[in-house]
Amino acid sequence: MATTRILEWLGRFYIVLLLAFLYLPIIIMAAMSFNASPFYQLPFEWTTDWYQSLWQNDQLIAATWNSIEIAVITTLISTVLGSMASLALYRYEFRGKRLLQALLFPPIAIPWLITGTAMLIFFFGVGIGRGLIAILLGHVALALPYVIVVVSARLQTFAPELEEAARSLGANQWQVTMRVTLPWIMPGVIAGGLFAFAVSFDQFVVSYFLSTPGQTTLPVEIYAAIRKGFTPEINAVSTIIIAVSMALMLLTARFFKFGGEK
Amino acid sequence: MADQLAIASRRGLRPALPLLLPAYLWLTVAIFLPLSAMVFFSFMTDLPLAGKEWAFTLGNYAAFFSQSLYSRLLLSSLRLGLEVTLWCIVIGYPAAYVLAKVLKGRSREAIFLLVILPFWSNGLVRIFSWAMVLREGGILDTALNAVLPFKINIDLMYSYPAVIIGLVHSYVPYMVLTCYLTLQAIDDSLIEAGRSLGASRRQVLWRVIIPLSMPGLIAGSALIFVPVVGSFMEQRILGGRTGTFYGTVIEDQFVAVFNWPLGAALSFILLAVVLIILALAAPVLRRAG
Repeated sequence: MATTRILEWLGRFYIVLLLAFLYLPIIIMAAMSFNASPFYQLPFEWTTDWYQSLWQNDQLIAATWNSIEIAVITTLISTVLGSMASLALYRYEFRGKRLLQALLFPPIAIPWLITGTAMLIFFFGVGIGRGLIAILLGHVALALPYVIVVVSARLQTFAPELEEAARSLGANQWQVTMRVTLPWIMPGVIAGGLFAFAVSFDQFVVSYFLSTPGQTTLPVEIYAAIRKGFTPEINAVSTIIIAVSMALMLLTARFFKFGGEK
Repeated sequence: MADQLAIASRRGLRPALPLLLPAYLWLTVAIFLPLSAMVFFSFMTDLPLAGKEWAFTLGNYAAFFSQSLYSRLLLSSLRLGLEVTLWCIVIGYPAAYVLAKVLKGRSREAIFLLVILPFWSNGLVRIFSWAMVLREGGILDTALNAVLPFKINIDLMYSYPAVIIGLVHSYVPYMVLTCYLTLQAIDDSLIEAGRSLGASRRQVLWRVIIPLSMPGLIAGSALIFVPVVGSFMEQRILGGRTGTFYGTVIEDQFVAVFNWPLGAALSFILLAVVLIILALAAPVLRRAG
């Protein structure tokens, strides 16, 4: 069994290597945002200048506010509409239900390049045009399937007898939903909402095709800056954005098990 | 009997409709109508906006089939998708195995979360972080020159390998996730049975473990291959001059040369390719999902 032990240690070592591959670039990028040299030169000299100059960058700050606003509104709308749809898919049997469930996959599975350009064409054609409204319309549509999938997964653990019991004790449909079902699925709803926030806050491709100068989001602004050339200021804003999205997902993980049952 | 009555009372689309309608209406307006509009526009000479002349045409598709440039770029994007998927299998599958079968309890939970975490953080920023590592005078260059006795120049930035590295970094957590889910469902006693019946480790791997985890491998491959074929941002940032792919050409039609109908046709051809791949993978995806 000595071979087994050695193989197990090799496996553990391999996981460490994989984690290094996944995290080292991000750590280096973050470290460079605290380095004084504007050309990323070593040796390392500590500074927070790049973060301070972010505060003077009105364009970036405006884009950041747009990103936050759109993500918050997207979260609210998609969580409410998505939870409603999940409830309907859970409670009722009807023809075409499988089709409705299958329709949730195209928005997730089709590359954003295709969805984004299609939205651009359609919104232009019907007069919505580009801008924050178009971006919001798109983000909610991208977030909805995630919310429905996550809330539905939580509903799978719900016993329908509970609803029946409440109903037989005289509760009406609204009371049953608000007092019995909703409290039970709340962890799923919160996880779905956090997913929706992350989908919107990190969304680049669809926002990119739907934004105009002035009406844009943070990732689009960062992309434009990267293409102009690398500066430690981009590292600073990138470090903030990655810290926010990782914190969000850690929070989501508290409410929703990614790994399934153990 | 009571159960059947309860279910019977929930039959029918009518009571479900008010709950379903808002979400599906939104999806229709923002996803399904746009995709249909894209197909429609791809058969036009110009956008039917105020004052512009337009007519129906097959010219945009003729452009794809007559100019070998587009089909060549589609092929190179498909090749890129294949290479990235293979690297993700090679790197991700062993990691998924260790997570599912070697690590136990809390450490497994924590490391699993660590592997999945980057996948849900900003993709654009993660691609940018590779620019810090790969450029000349970057970290990789400096580190290797500090260790090695001879002088070498590592400048992977703006090259094909840089694009591959960036994309594998972006998508490998997906492969770990899908393979982990199928691997942890394999009963350990099956592996032990194989071993005690005299099979070598390698035989158990190829005859038991890999066949049983095939759904995870296929699901992961589809979920990686499809977005990679439609990627453009990664090539723009890490690929430089070598970074012209099918996705970047579509991007150009919409943001640089403003030939939207051609862009729509190219997008639709990509959509057709993607749908064929997803349809082939769908039975497996459904079982795995």
